[in-house]
Amino acid sequence: MPEQADTTQNKKLEFVTLVAGGQNFCIEITQIREIRRWTPVTILPHSPDHVLGVINLRGAVIPIIDLAAKLGFEKITPTERHVIIITAIDEMIIGLLVESVSEILGVNSDMVRETPRGPEDATTRAILGVIAVDDEMTKVINLSTLMPKQDQVAA
Amino acid sequence: MAQESSILDTFFEECEDLIVALTEGLEEMRDGNADDETVNAVFRAVHSIKGAAGAFALDELVGFAHKFETVLDELRSHKLTADDGLLRTLQRAGDILADLVDDARDQRPANRDVVDPVLAELQGFLGPEEEAPAEEFVFEALSLGFDDDDDEGGYIVSFTPGAEFYATGNDPALIISALKELGKASVTVDTTGLPTEFADFQWDKGYLTWTVEITGLMTDLPIHEVFQFVDDICALSITPLDAGPPAIDLPDIAEPDPTSPARPEPIAAVAPPPEAIEATPAPAPKKEETERPAKKAASTLRVDPERVDRLINAVGELIINQSVISQRLQEAALPNSSEIFADLDDYKLLAREIQEGVMAIRAQPVKPLFQRMMRIAREASDATGKDVEVVTEGEATEVDKTVVERLADPLTHMIRNAIDHGIETPEKRVAAGKSRQGKLRLSASQRAGSIVIEIADDGAGLNRLRIRDIAIEKGLIASDAVLTDQEIDHLLFAPGFSTAAEVTNLSGRGVGMDVVKTAITALGGRIAISTVPGEGTTFSITLPLTLAVMDGMIITVGGQTMVVPISSILETVRPSPGDLSKLGLKSELLRIRGEYVPIIDLAEQLGQPPSDKTMAERVLLLIQTEAIAQCAIAVDDIFDQRQVVVKSMHNNYGDIEGVSGATILGDGKIALIIDPDAIASGPAVAPQLTQLPEGDLSHARAS
Repeated sequence: MPEQADTTQNKKLEFVTLVAGGQNFCIEITQIREIRRWTPVTILPHSPDHVLGVINLRGAVIPIIDLAAKLGFEKITPTERHVIIITAIDEMIIGLLVESVSEILGVNSDMVRETPRGPEDATTRAILGVIAVDDEMTKVINLSTLMPKQDQVAA
Repeated sequence: MAQESSILDTFFEECEDLIVALTEGLEEMRDGNADDETVNAVFRAVHSIKGAAGAFALDELVGFAHKFETVLDELRSHKLTADDGLLRTLQRAGDILADLVDDARDQRPANRDVVDPVLAELQGFLGPEEEAPAEEFVFEALSLGFDDDDDEGGYIVSFTPGAEFYATGNDPALIISALKELGKASVTVDTTGLPTEFADFQWDKGYLTWTVEITGLMTDLPIHEVFQFVDDICALSITPLDAGPPAIDLPDIAEPDPTSPARPEPIAAVAPPPEAIEATPAPAPKKEETERPAKKAASTLRVDPERVDRLINAVGELIINQSVISQRLQEAALPNSSEIFADLDDYKLLAREIQEGVMAIRAQPVKPLFQRMMRIAREASDATGKDVEVVTEGEATEVDKTVVERLADPLTHMIRNAIDHGIETPEKRVAAGKSRQGKLRLSASQRAGSIVIEIADDGAGLNRLRIRDIAIEKGLIASDAVLTDQEIDHLLFAPGFSTAAEVTNLSGRGVGMDVVKTAITALGGRIAISTVPGEGTTFSITLPLTLAVMDGMIITVGGQTMVVPISSILETVRPSPGDLSKLGLKSELLRIRGEYVPIIDLAEQLGQPPSDKTMAERVLLLIQTEAIAQCAIAVDDIFDQRQVVVKSMHNNYGDIEGVSGATILGDGKIALIIDPDAIASGPAVAPQLTQLPEGDLSHARAS
């Protein structure tokens, strides 16, 4: 899997843009396995708020994380219209519940800029860089900060 | 590169088998029921390791194996007798060889402090023979004329590697250096065969002939061994030094014509059906050949574990699919007489049989693991100066391969602990009226769906007073805590606990029994201690038979479907109100056959809102746990007993308190598998419980 946001080389990168907590984010396409509709989950005991539970994905047990809640926004109340993005990183597979998925964005790697430094919060810590698209800006999510295991180590 | 490393992997796998054979042979020799064949088997094992190690240029290993092998060769040819001293040295040499193999695999440098003394000991047995070359120097200066005669003998080895020799990746340099190890050697190479034009040069053509003159060698046996793997792909001649040049072509002697062509003819003349006769002489020599090595050659199949895992996954899906079909059929409300139910039962049985068969592929006897542990025990007793006899039982017990692999570290740690801290020094033992020699028993057995591994020493037993003091000192318990003996024993597993007064280099390097416990728990197992002061300590590890499938009881709690392992359920009880009694504010007790058993509310332990059902409306599962004797887990309802496929959540999520894994039910939904032990030892969960209902708190923690 190619390292994301490798700014030293100018290569073509593709991102899937999505909306969570009312804001624009994006995830590198190579880290995404599939996108599926919300299905009810099995709740896990003693789990933090942003962990919704686990689903059965063709025989594998995949935890589902509410991306908005994880980033510090309001929790999403999942409905049929919400979307789960199945992502894979470091051999871990997790699903992210988001409000919607919009498009695939192709950019050159030099267009991914460093995150401007500001006060840190749950959201900025999970952001790897920003991409300016027309007038809008979208934020590249650093998936490894979302992994549940990291959480446990941190806690 | 990848290719080479996979060959290397195969080599190490083979080494493992060879070391098992080696250890077995040495044990037989020690017990005094060895014959020549045993010595040969040991010799062959060491020799094969040496041969293969040479191919990978693992010099340390080759060097040691060579010396080891030479001593065994002397023993084989009855020049040495197997007395106690020699046997002990051989045993240690076997241990060292195994260590060196491990070192080579992990690409660690060998521990010379350990290797060298044993090497010297081996040398001690070889004394005169190996010293010969050294003496020679002295002699040479004195008596020029007798040079040849005075030598114990020598050989001229001349070999011309053929095309196949090079094509199979052999290296003449390795062979020459192996020959050099046999004695004083001078090497000449005949380059006359080389083509004059470079263009005529073919890379795999054998143009060169090497002639090696070795002195100080009694027999040509070691030379043949050097060429063992290549004698059919190079032209080889071995001539004794004094016998002059005539070359004996080895390939010719190596193949003593199996059946002389002359023999069938006269018989054919007597008996007309030629086919039958031709068949008779053929099997005879073949049988002779196979009989000898056949002693232990159980035929095995080396399969990429990946393939087996794929099969196991597929079988897992099959079992899930089978439960889907059962559920669908039940929903279809067919008449009970329908034959399909009988067919379904067959299907269930078949699926189970396939599953058991597949799991058996992964099963391995614990024998190699135990042998490794014996080695560690011997090393540990050497290092501590304690005299310990190690006994193993149930070596044939089969356990899942993963379990065997992952048990090695915890067992190593526990065995070192038992010898370092458990068993006393010989002086203390004698003073306590025990035998000088300590005893460590390592046993494996199968008990109702689980494997029990016990490590028992006959040492001093746990010093509960000291454990308590240390726990207080390390702040693990309050100084006024009231603990039962069992609870004190369990403090050993608390993180950051180490009883050794001083840190020895053997055990107590900061990692304690808590690491052992974590490793066992990760395998779905449990660990328990029982100790009798002055008589010893027993650790017993209980492990599930397989990691992939188990029998579970389907239950519901707070609207969620979950699974409880059948193996831990003693019975299920629907309590009548009269059987229940309150204990304090909330706790309730169940009276069963005159005993009072604490009731644990599963919903509460899992952080769910309290159920509106009263205890009498629920079902209680009576379980046996390690921590407390018995307890009853309250669930809302029980449904069914079925085989479930265990899916680990460890990789994608991590571990959850009270949950050992998950499974997929017939309707495709996920059900969590409860870990009754963790639920029963409630206090560990309790502090977290208070935080959970308040969403803000856990939210703050997470973000």
